[in-house]
Amino acid sequence: MKRFIKKDGMHRRLEGWPLLFTILVTISILIGGIVEFLPLALVPSTVHKIESVEPFTPLELAGRDIYIREGCNNCHSQMVRPFRHELERYGEYGKPGETVYERPFLWGSKRTGPDLARVGGKYPHLWHVRHMEDPRSTSPNSIMPPYDWLLRKDATLSDLPTKLRTLKALGTPYSQDEIDNAVALAEAQAQEIADEVAAQGGPDGLADKEITALVAFLQRLGTDIQQAPDATTAEAASTKETEDALAAEGDAP
Amino acid sequence: MSTLSVSSSAARQERPSQVELFTYDEQIVRLFVLATIIWGFVGMLVGVIIALQLPFPEANLGEYLTFGRLRPLHTNAVIFAFAGNAIFAAIYYSTQRLCKARMYSDLMSRIHFWGWQAIIVSAAITLPLGMTTSKEYAELEWPIDIAITLVWLVFAFNFFATLRRRRERHMYVALWFYIATIITVAVLHVGNSLALPVSFMKSYPIYAGVQDALVQWWYGHNAVAFFLTTPFLGLMYYFLPKAANRPVFSYRLSIIHFWSLVFIYIWAGPHHLNYTALPEWATTLGMVFSVMLWMPSWGGMINGLFTLRGAWHKLRDSAVLKMFVVGITFYGMSTFEGPLLSVKSVNALSHYTDWTIGHVHSGALGWNGFMTFGMIYWLVPRLWRTRMWSDKMANTHFWIGTIGILLYVLAMYTSGITQGLMWRAFDEAGRLMYPDFMETVVQIKPMYWVRLIGGTLYLGGVILMMINVWKTIKTAPKRLPDPAFAVPKRASAPSDGEQEVATA
Repeated sequence: MKRFIKKDGMHRRLEGWPLLFTILVTISILIGGIVEFLPLALVPSTVHKIESVEPFTPLELAGRDIYIREGCNNCHSQMVRPFRHELERYGEYGKPGETVYERPFLWGSKRTGPDLARVGGKYPHLWHVRHMEDPRSTSPNSIMPPYDWLLRKDATLSDLPTKLRTLKALGTPYSQDEIDNAVALAEAQAQEIADEVAAQGGPDGLADKEITALVAFLQRLGTDIQQAPDATTAEAASTKETEDALAAEGDAP
Repeated sequence: MSTLSVSSSAARQERPSQVELFTYDEQIVRLFVLATIIWGFVGMLVGVIIALQLPFPEANLGEYLTFGRLRPLHTNAVIFAFAGNAIFAAIYYSTQRLCKARMYSDLMSRIHFWGWQAIIVSAAITLPLGMTTSKEYAELEWPIDIAITLVWLVFAFNFFATLRRRRERHMYVALWFYIATIITVAVLHVGNSLALPVSFMKSYPIYAGVQDALVQWWYGHNAVAFFLTTPFLGLMYYFLPKAANRPVFSYRLSIIHFWSLVFIYIWAGPHHLNYTALPEWATTLGMVFSVMLWMPSWGGMINGLFTLRGAWHKLRDSAVLKMFVVGITFYGMSTFEGPLLSVKSVNALSHYTDWTIGHVHSGALGWNGFMTFGMIYWLVPRLWRTRMWSDKMANTHFWIGTIGILLYVLAMYTSGITQGLMWRAFDEAGRLMYPDFMETVVQIKPMYWVRLIGGTLYLGGVILMMINVWKTIKTAPKRLPDPAFAVPKRASAPSDGEQEVATA
């Protein structure tokens, strides 16, 4: 060691050889990344598969890209940590297998607002519509910006086949049928959500608006691992809860 | 090893046979210095705006100017535009002198400069438009990513070709750090940006979920390491001894801390993902290496601060040295805080809170900001061959900047720890004490106002610097010829530092 670092030692000679120096630096900085990444990429069991986790529907994917565009991930995480206080506040902690279709991952690094990993089904559709239009109407004291243009702008669905095809090329198992009918599938799901919003007393005609795609995405979050064997009862219960929550809310603006 | 060929046009002219002439390209340094100041102002102004948006959401002015779209603009502007131009100024100034050679190609230097500014402008346009990958500090979409790669390659080629033409046998420690910067940033940027385009401004990454998270924080953490740390250490190793007129404290320490720093830093990324779905072995590895990183980091701090031994009295009259000392001290504090925050039990409290924001700003405002300002106040009178217009104003900048940082970080520590404790609080019955998230937001709002005051003070300091530099440049001579030097033709005698043989 001393021979290496003393004045006029080996390191001194190395300082005269930029090429060798650069090669040694390159090796030094590659080792850590390789050791940490390769097991994750090569050993399939590092990410346990969860059967009930499925790719996003076309409309949810459109909504997810709106979530990304608006930078929601700057203030909302999507990763519940395995602590009792987080389980009580948000729900089940995040599993590796849940994330396999997340391109990009949206776990976030800051909770200026609450975590959203388990927000799906927590509120009725209408709550989300009103919350985006004016956050303080549903959540007094909220510091979230309003996103009222989402209720006015038409959602872009025409690029969904390309998006699905790209994701399929990367490994997301979309069927050719889904890719071909992506727009129609999205429109059908959007109509369903928009009808429900209208039925809950919300504005009409949101089916082709961006808000509907975003709501579809938010309502999906965290629901895949809730698909217990008796999924129908769970779903019925959540619908019931939704109605109760809305009833309790009364005539919110 | 030193080559004797000369690239500059001045040297190609007829010359006495025993002497060769060469010049340094100083105009490129002037350009990068001016870009640093302008983008620093812009990036920090956006920072102040988003700091206002948090306690006062009415300041979110429509679709293109929400917090969600401006926050990436702020981080990108400060990291890649402000700190980026600053390190390029430092590299172009010091590399030429440490190599006793003009940059290999003036054209490549210009392509680097204007290419980088074009990238910054494209970021400033696309991010408010919502064109983003969402990956922190790598938000720019794929066409811009390709442009970054190309410009970086031009920079790298120009730099290494200059190294090849150096007239100095040994590479000084600053150059080691520049080499590490250039290589690693290229690897990180390409590795993390691999994506399949969907359309002109939209792409999906080739990694999914857990893998994407690991790659992103391998990149994200090492953007801090190799964009905000190693080039600034290089800057410190060149400009601090110059400003203090003292040699670097320890050559051996610089070897040990350089190699341990570049080896260990890369491993630390997963500490950003403690307690997430990332496998525990990876986060534990990240944590262990983060703690180890404390030592090489402090090696740099010690080497910097001890360089001032016997020269501390100079701080009284020199805003440059004051800024360097505060900058290096903040480097020491934030590289102690970083390992602390990476420890899982601490991270359980701090993660997702403003403590993280306080931590990065002690690094960015304290270390990167003050090292940059110190360099600018040292460089501007030399580059423009005049005196600084107002030393008093530079001192004022130092003081309001320091107070601004302290207000900023103390507000964020308070807010982060407060919110972290409230999230985890249980009452006697075992229920969440604050089940409504909003309660924890309302509690920390006052701290957001204090942060706004701190950030505004810091920005005020930058405005003073802008005025000061502007006034200084106005007193500069009309013509600023590149400094020319002559060396004996067989001048291969190695020397430790820069020895300017003669000035024209």
